[in-house]
Amino acid sequence: MELAFIIEKFVLITVIFALSLVVAMYSTLAERKIAAFLQDRVGPNRAGPGGLFQPLADGAKMFFKEEIIPEQASKFLFVAGPSLAILTACIGSAVIPWGEAVVIAGRMIDLQVTDINVGILYIFGVVSLGVYGVMIGGWASNNKFSLMGAIRAASQNISYEIPMGLSIIALLLLTNTLSLKEITAQQHGWHWNVLYQPLGFLVFLVCSFAETNRTPFDLPECETELVGGYHTEYSSMKLGFYLFAEYINMFISSAVMATLYFGGYNYPGMDWVNSLLGPLWGPLVGMMVLLLKIFVFIFFFMWVRWTVPRFRYDQLMNLGWKVLIPLAIANIVITGIWITVVDKL
Amino acid sequence: MSISLFYFIAFLSIFFSLLVIFAKNPVHSILYLIITFFTFTMQYILLNAQFLAIVNFIVYMGAILVLFLFVLMLLNLNKESEPLKSNLLKTIGVIAGMCLLVTLIGSTKSLQLSNPIVLQAQNLGLVKNLGKVLFSEFLLPFEISSILLLSAMVGAVLLAKREPKDAS
Repeated sequence: MELAFIIEKFVLITVIFALSLVVAMYSTLAERKIAAFLQDRVGPNRAGPGGLFQPLADGAKMFFKEEIIPEQASKFLFVAGPSLAILTACIGSAVIPWGEAVVIAGRMIDLQVTDINVGILYIFGVVSLGVYGVMIGGWASNNKFSLMGAIRAASQNISYEIPMGLSIIALLLLTNTLSLKEITAQQHGWHWNVLYQPLGFLVFLVCSFAETNRTPFDLPECETELVGGYHTEYSSMKLGFYLFAEYINMFISSAVMATLYFGGYNYPGMDWVNSLLGPLWGPLVGMMVLLLKIFVFIFFFMWVRWTVPRFRYDQLMNLGWKVLIPLAIANIVITGIWITVVDKL
Repeated sequence: MSISLFYFIAFLSIFFSLLVIFAKNPVHSILYLIITFFTFTMQYILLNAQFLAIVNFIVYMGAILVLFLFVLMLLNLNKESEPLKSNLLKTIGVIAGMCLLVTLIGSTKSLQLSNPIVLQAQNLGLVKNLGKVLFSEFLLPFEISSILLLSAMVGAVLLAKREPKDAS
């Protein structure tokens, strides 16, 4: 391994890490602003111009609050819970292709940290690992409400992983590869997968709401029933980590949806723009397009949160097992028949 | 390099699987079991079996052990609720354990060391090759095992289903 390669990857990882943190930070502000917009209020506007420094103020508040570890709690696991939550939220971005390869000083640089040939499965694995942060934290708090939240998180994640996996299988039948880089490259121009997999996308979208614990599926932290859910006993920055992990998860799952179904960095007329701007600025425009798609998805997440009320627990399970799984299986069958028919023609 | 890495990870696997047994709290022992499975994933990566590694990661760490943890959290086992074991049971346990130990030592003595570290084909574990082998050479066992899993699933649903007279 040459030095330039290591430096290149190191810079890329740092930039992506910083990007996901900044996006997550400003998502908190965006959420409050959008909530205010939907409820015809003004929202936070005191800290800085238009409330722009509100996330910094919130972060400082979190850091300076007193840190409380309950007497009966299991100390190590109590700290491990939020750490694990933020860790699993951050490592998902490693396989997402952020743009086409750029050429800087005669060197091709991939805007992707690593292109493992099981990229989708890696994302899936990280998602399934995400529940441990919630479960460990909820159990270690030694509080019945936290425990209920943790148990709900576990059953919800397990249930919604199945339709999510099934909807991905239908997508893989079309793309014939597990590598996210190749899947994105196949969607060149306007050949976005959502045009071929509308049903699969719908199932994936609903499941990603459930996997990120966002309303209408935020049963693990349902404050009308469980005080604060799995983070009832948490205070200070450990609580901040849990809340922050949710926003990073939202960013990453938006990025995954944009990559899998909405063409990633591809947009109609990209060849013309690339030939006009050259091999450095062309891909960067593509990256901006990807970020734009991600922001649209994040807006959608927030829009739904302030529009749809929370599900009841039995409704959540019915939706997962009796609606989404049959839909996803039907989608696989239809896709299979479609591919066979197209092959025969 | 790769051999010393292998021995280091193998040491970790054994260390954490011992902790699974010796941990007092059942939830802690599940957490150690999760780490043990993670070391297995690392071994698969060392063998360049990316698909197997990630499937082990998803299925064992992401699904099965979440369910284990789920059940243990619901049961909330602790010292007070632990059933008392009689001395007879303990003696029988010790004798059975000793028998197992003798058998294990005997079988390791007669073991012939193969050459486990040298990988025959570097790309053997990649998903493309694995899929080709599974759907051509091992098609019949593959299909039979999938039917076996399906029947197990149907059986589990049947067992969990309430009797019709209970439902009212």
